[in-house]
Amino acid sequence: MSARISDVFGRLQTDGRTGLVAYVTGGDPDLARSADILRAIDRGGADVIEVGVPFSDPLADGPVIQRASERALAAGVNLTNVLELVADVRQELSAAVVLFTYANPVLRMGTAAFTARAASAGVDGVLMLDLPIEEAGPFRQAVVDAGMDPIFLVSPTTTDARLREAGVLGQGFLYGISRLGVTGARAQVASGASALVQRIRAASALPVAVGFGLSRPEHVQEIGRYADAAVVGSALVNMIAEVADTPDLIPAVERYVRWLRRDIVPGTRGDETAV
Amino acid sequence: MTTSRSQGIAERFGRRDPDERGYFGAYGGRFVPETLVAPVDALRVAYFEAREDEGFQTALATLLERYVGRPTPVYEAARWSRHLGGARIFLKREDLAHTGAHKINNALGQALLAVRMGKRRIVAETGAGQHGVATATACALLGLECEVYMGAEDMARQALNVVRMRLLGATVTSVDSGSRTLKDAINEAMRDWVTTVEHTYYLLGSVLGPHPYPLMVREFQSIIGAEAHDQILDLVGRLPTAVVACVGGGSNALGIFDGFVDHAEVRLIGVEAGGDAIAPGHHAARFAAGTVGVLQGTRSIILQDEHGNIEPTHSVSAGLDYASVGPEHAWLRDMARAEYTWVTDAQALDAFQQVTRMEGIIPALESSHALAHAAVLAASLGREDIVLVNLSGRGDKDVEIVTQRDLGTAPAPAAGGDEG
Repeated sequence: MSARISDVFGRLQTDGRTGLVAYVTGGDPDLARSADILRAIDRGGADVIEVGVPFSDPLADGPVIQRASERALAAGVNLTNVLELVADVRQELSAAVVLFTYANPVLRMGTAAFTARAASAGVDGVLMLDLPIEEAGPFRQAVVDAGMDPIFLVSPTTTDARLREAGVLGQGFLYGISRLGVTGARAQVASGASALVQRIRAASALPVAVGFGLSRPEHVQEIGRYADAAVVGSALVNMIAEVADTPDLIPAVERYVRWLRRDIVPGTRGDETAV
Repeated sequence: MTTSRSQGIAERFGRRDPDERGYFGAYGGRFVPETLVAPVDALRVAYFEAREDEGFQTALATLLERYVGRPTPVYEAARWSRHLGGARIFLKREDLAHTGAHKINNALGQALLAVRMGKRRIVAETGAGQHGVATATACALLGLECEVYMGAEDMARQALNVVRMRLLGATVTSVDSGSRTLKDAINEAMRDWVTTVEHTYYLLGSVLGPHPYPLMVREFQSIIGAEAHDQILDLVGRLPTAVVACVGGGSNALGIFDGFVDHAEVRLIGVEAGGDAIAPGHHAARFAAGTVGVLQGTRSIILQDEHGNIEPTHSVSAGLDYASVGPEHAWLRDMARAEYTWVTDAQALDAFQQVTRMEGIIPALESSHALAHAAVLAASLGREDIVLVNLSGRGDKDVEIVTQRDLGTAPAPAAGGDEG
């Protein structure tokens, strides 16, 4: 179990504050700038940083993260590099770090080698996009044995029975997918997000982070009425792509993360906070 | 006569199921994003009910007979066989099925299932375009909305099929990501499905993807093997020495293998695309250069680099140009029940030309891979041997590629030498 993730959510609970989970693709646009981006996100005040592993066939991702994956792959970045990237910056970050990956790069490295290297790099949690509970057995155990949290996604289509199972097998937090579809920013928070979180609360005591489609401080604030944290991914990745080749890249990332947290006021979270 | 037996779905379905989690040995499973877990399971339940349902069986059998034109014949390629000078080669003529390939067998089965499940919209991927045409056809027949994703490179090299799909009322959406071929079309179809799953059915065209697709597609294609088994017995009084089929995802191969897999004496041979060389990016011979991995919902043998990224593939035939292979093929290989080999683009084109000139049959470039290996195999066997090839589709769609390669007007190979 990762002390860092449970500390993060414990602190959010104490402060009555909504957490911010920020996603970026590791190695986008290249490893050097990616390291600076992780530091900037941390300075901006993200509570958890999700680092995506570039993959040739990101079938759960929308165009923005697909392009990020392509840029990172074009820069020669692979899973080994992303783990080294995390190891390089880990000591400087106060946020928890979750690795966000498709199954194949990890399986190719081998479960034992991956969990050992990820744990020693300082990864706190691992989320595998295309490894549902039913396929996760031995891999989940290896992640737990290495002292990291296996993090499961739950979706509006997830049955109550599987929600309970995710609550039992998951650690750290559950990632609620707010809408059907691939990753990508939208104008509004999905209408079903609140109902999903209610169903998750009924099935599990784990903290809940909600993502897919969020891009603005108002979204973060809205999610905070019923969930413990909000995940912003594609919007941040898109912003990085737009300014990647300008000197403003790193300050812009930090500003953007601060802006996302603008409306988060400690002590204002609703009654539906995690138990 | 054996026709009624071979066409009975009850005898062909539920005979060789994977385990509960959808594994054939170490291969298969359901590696899908969370949102698709419940829909894929609902599909499994609906399919398992449908295949036991007499009404569903009758509706499908009737369409296969009266609409598709089944049974397709088994024909002895006597002139080509004599030219090669070895075993007698017989062709299972899936090219004569409606829409020109075996793909219609699966498309109709799944489209009927979609209607049964109350879905009104179909998404599909296509490589060579044959599955897209079959799906668009089934949707036209059953009044379903249809969107087909196709790699931009494939749209260029299989332009005829793009026109056919559009004529049939389908929306054809170009996929510009990745290698712009079949793999990328599947990614895009799955992205559509994960967004629209409440009212949309994903009609996957091969024995790939999460359980139950590999099982379901094989069972819809098993009509090929059931017919061929009885037809070859009727024609020559015994089973073939070998059954040969091309393997992209591998649905035509599993379809014909299914009629013979219980007869251990019949060799089952799958032929992959050797492209222009067995080197990364130059071929699609998974069993020659692949390793175990997970791609697009299933664990199988895939072409990948040392970091687990999928390698680009190449084949002159769009339908074989894919980095993974049906999980049941990997299992059949592990059990040594089936063998896998490959032929190059050049060999396939040569076979294409021979069969066109000597038999008056223009085969698809995919099927030409099976023909090319059959030619090598037959020449190594005796006159008493029988080689049965699944001629999975017709080659009209490929005439442009063949013409570009300057083969369209070349003289017939070994003309006149075929009588000896």
